[in-house]
Amino acid sequence: MKPQFTFLLVFAVLVALSQVMGHMDPYYLTVIIFIGINITMATSLNLINGFTGQFSLGHAGFMGVGAYVGAIISTYLTTHGWSAEGVSGVMVLAMALLGGGFFAALTGLAVGIPSLRLKGDYLAIVTLGFNEIIRVIIQNVDFKIAGTGYVNGARGFAVPQLTTFLWVYGIALVVIYFVENVINSTYGRGFLAVRDDEVAAEAMGINTTNFKVKAFVIGAFFAGIGGGLFSHYIQYITPDNFTFLKSIEIVVMVILGGMGSTYGVILAAILLTILPEALREFSEYRMIIYSLLLIVLMISRPQGLFGNASLKKFMAKRKAGATAN
Amino acid sequence: MGEILQQLVNGISLGAIYALIALGYTMIYGVLRFINFAHGDVFMVGSFVAYYTANTVSKFFPIGSVPAVIIIFLVSMTFCAILGATIEFLAYRPLRTRPKLAVLITAIGVSLFLEYLSQLLFGATPRGFPAIISSAPLFKSHLITINTVQVVVIITSLSLMSILRIVVMKTKIGTAMRAVSYNQQAASLMGINISSVITFTFMIGSALAAAGGVLYAAQYPSIDPLMGIMPGLKAFVAAVLGGIGNIPGAAIGGFIIGTVETFISGTFLSTYRDAIVFAILIGILIFKPSGIMGKNEAEKV
Repeated sequence: MKPQFTFLLVFAVLVALSQVMGHMDPYYLTVIIFIGINITMATSLNLINGFTGQFSLGHAGFMGVGAYVGAIISTYLTTHGWSAEGVSGVMVLAMALLGGGFFAALTGLAVGIPSLRLKGDYLAIVTLGFNEIIRVIIQNVDFKIAGTGYVNGARGFAVPQLTTFLWVYGIALVVIYFVENVINSTYGRGFLAVRDDEVAAEAMGINTTNFKVKAFVIGAFFAGIGGGLFSHYIQYITPDNFTFLKSIEIVVMVILGGMGSTYGVILAAILLTILPEALREFSEYRMIIYSLLLIVLMISRPQGLFGNASLKKFMAKRKAGATAN
Repeated sequence: MGEILQQLVNGISLGAIYALIALGYTMIYGVLRFINFAHGDVFMVGSFVAYYTANTVSKFFPIGSVPAVIIIFLVSMTFCAILGATIEFLAYRPLRTRPKLAVLITAIGVSLFLEYLSQLLFGATPRGFPAIISSAPLFKSHLITINTVQVVVIITSLSLMSILRIVVMKTKIGTAMRAVSYNQQAASLMGINISSVITFTFMIGSALAAAGGVLYAAQYPSIDPLMGIMPGLKAFVAAVLGGIGNIPGAAIGGFIIGTVETFISGTFLSTYRDAIVFAILIGILIFKPSGIMGKNEAEKV
């Protein structure tokens, strides 16, 4: 099936599902929305960490930029004549998400440029540093949006609720479609080449600098949109939503799913969002389980649950197995 | 003038603690070429062990007496030395030939594990640390006040650093450590047991972090399971500033970061304190990645 076709088909299913979601128990709906946002976050981080091999620990920082910028835009618009309902509400959220994504992408550019000189653990700790810098800056931002409420730094910021099921999953679908298509295009092989062997890639005439920065900018753009969806759903954001622990949570999804496997990462995002909810009475064990998972996974199966194998390869293998039998 | 002097004293005593932690980072980097993310958490465990030891020791010696302090330090340092060796054996050793990224992820895992296991065992609420070292002013003039605890922190750190210097430069195991960090393969061909050198390095590094943890808790008497994250990261910045892999560099970097942080806290930028330390890190890594005292290393294909 052509990917465009699959895209439209899945989108139609989502539209149909969104009609049902209105009658859903709000608690389950929240979990489902968070799954969608986490899919967006993990898939976009996978482009940086998994496909391009630049280990970033600052994804929550980009998410925070998108969440705050988006929230400022929508708060401004809804208090200046735009209604939060109907078509106008859709326009407001669209502008908020794009604005948030744009500023997050700019931040991604700022983080991506130093990353050109850094590798491995240094890059990880520098992106972590950027994450903390962004958080500290947000914590100190305290200004009044013309005509209405305050951004309020550390005390939190009230945001209008605009995010719906269709928005979250529509965007997740776009991100998955985009990442999968880029990576499987001739151009996108450049990202994989940078990851697999930088020196060889350079010798082949690939502008590695360009690809690394691009991965950061695109990843940050989608993370910013994910942040916008997040803030317009929970309606109240504080800088503590975007600490580097949040980044680590997303990194765990990418690692568990298998760096460089979009479908593995999606499954891991679903699993790691449902598990903590299902194990609510054991919540103090959650992070212990996460950390042990990381250690055991690295020792026994460093490629993650699904490794580099994409779903397509898996299906192809099964088919080959079937014909062999 | 008085305020500047006072901040300098506060900065140096904070920097001494960062220096102790930074030494562990730098030594482990020296032999294994990786950043031990869990180092800040070993520091935290050091404070908690000291907390429980202090409660037990207080039955035999009055809290604040010299024997009590010595016992607290010894117990905490020994415990963390064993902890460090265990972490290395269980988590890092199986990965020694794997890509660096796998080790880095494991280190993050170990760090989270120590933090949240401690949260489970000790609870998340901060606890008051007993006054094992008096914080009464030792020296007081109209310009500055120097507390006993600050003097003890500086003297203890400097003596531990001198002992470390002697161990690294004069003893057989120290020579082996330097050989391993210079060229691991050649060292192993010369009959040096790499594994035992690495274990020893982890033990020393973790013991120094534990000493740092006790001193930190004595100076800022509130401990909680996540207290190690920020000092750990700042000490890492210190190690990079001094030139990672370089022992005197780590000590100097620690003092610089501690002083800078204290001075920033005294200005209108105080709420940006943590951000500025990270900005320093990013600046060094971009403009002089080898740090103040490090050597430039050419990248090999």
